[in-house]
Amino acid sequence: MCDTCGCNLTPGNRKFAYRPVEPGATTVSVLQNLLKKNDDQAAHNRAHFDSRGILAINLMSSPGSGKTALLEATIRALKGEFNIAVIEGDLETENDAERIRAQGVPAHQIVTGTACHLDAHLVHEALHHMNLDGIDVLFIENVGNLVCPASFDLGQHVNLTLLSVTEGDDKPAKYPVMFRAADAVVISKTDLLPFLDDFDPARATSHVRDLANVAPVMQLSARKDIGMETWHNWLREQLAAQRSLAAGGSTRRPAIQPDGAALHTA
Amino acid sequence: MHELSVAQALVEQIENLVLERNADSVTSLRVLIGPLSGVVPDLLAGAFPLAAAGTFAEHATLDLVEAPVRVHCQTCGAETEAAMNRLLCGTCGDWHTQLVSGDELILESVELQLSEMSGELTRPENV
Repeated sequence: MCDTCGCNLTPGNRKFAYRPVEPGATTVSVLQNLLKKNDDQAAHNRAHFDSRGILAINLMSSPGSGKTALLEATIRALKGEFNIAVIEGDLETENDAERIRAQGVPAHQIVTGTACHLDAHLVHEALHHMNLDGIDVLFIENVGNLVCPASFDLGQHVNLTLLSVTEGDDKPAKYPVMFRAADAVVISKTDLLPFLDDFDPARATSHVRDLANVAPVMQLSARKDIGMETWHNWLREQLAAQRSLAAGGSTRRPAIQPDGAALHTA
Repeated sequence: MHELSVAQALVEQIENLVLERNADSVTSLRVLIGPLSGVVPDLLAGAFPLAAAGTFAEHATLDLVEAPVRVHCQTCGAETEAAMNRLLCGTCGDWHTQLVSGDELILESVELQLSEMSGELTRPENV
């Protein structure tokens, strides 16, 4: 989007761009995203990942839906195939980073204190504490929260959102900002489905589609090793896609409706 | 409560503008927010005075404009209003839609009080 010539005026906002002003005052038309500084830092992080051929994945969900368990199982299964590193975000404790390190891969814990989300600056700071030489996939495990993390670009290439079957299949309808931003959705803990007659994976998928989101919806249980092959294949495809983009000097961002975004600049 | 982070980013952005323009202070600012941006207008309005305290924007009026959620249908071509958690075409009901409006989080314009030093800028200008 161009911030200089006014081409980012949309039919929705054009009428607000100009209005008469008092003498001695001036109205400056800015038309920039409020989170521009975060977005600039995110772009810097993304360029850093691209120059090293790293695929960065922002992993988001509510607390306790199995993000760390999915990472542990993924590292165990794919350690011989990719080099994985993890940035963990939590309000307190080093517990998750320790769980990841126990799997033999590098992990850095960001302790946010009371902050409810990671932002691009926190991730940049974490990158200074990590050796990313030879890393293929970097997982950024966001703070467990279905609200705030969706609003902050970290520099990731794709957004992965988990929904565990204990949470209820209407979560995508209740948290539309988060599930609209997902490039892929994982329904986790599916080994518990026989005990939870009110969670219907088809209904959860239908709520995702109601957000006009074409993201694949994968069902798995990391603990019981069910459905993991589909997830591994998705990961392989994303890494291959990222490598070919990076080799051609381009990059990708989470696909929050690229066509819709294009309409914004029309 | 990430609206405070958003308010802080907003104040930082307009402070830079004041310095660039050599202005005295900020009189008002206008922000366009769509519900799918994940920012709640009332909470941002509540957080803004906290973030603006002690800055050039301390006495500024924050004007929040709420953008409607509108989708363009890829199947039938209609453009209709939608609920933020049901982005379906209002005409044919299909979910293959594109968002036309509703995820904005944009600082549209800032009204600056000019100091005598800052010249005769009384016309609206693009940055």
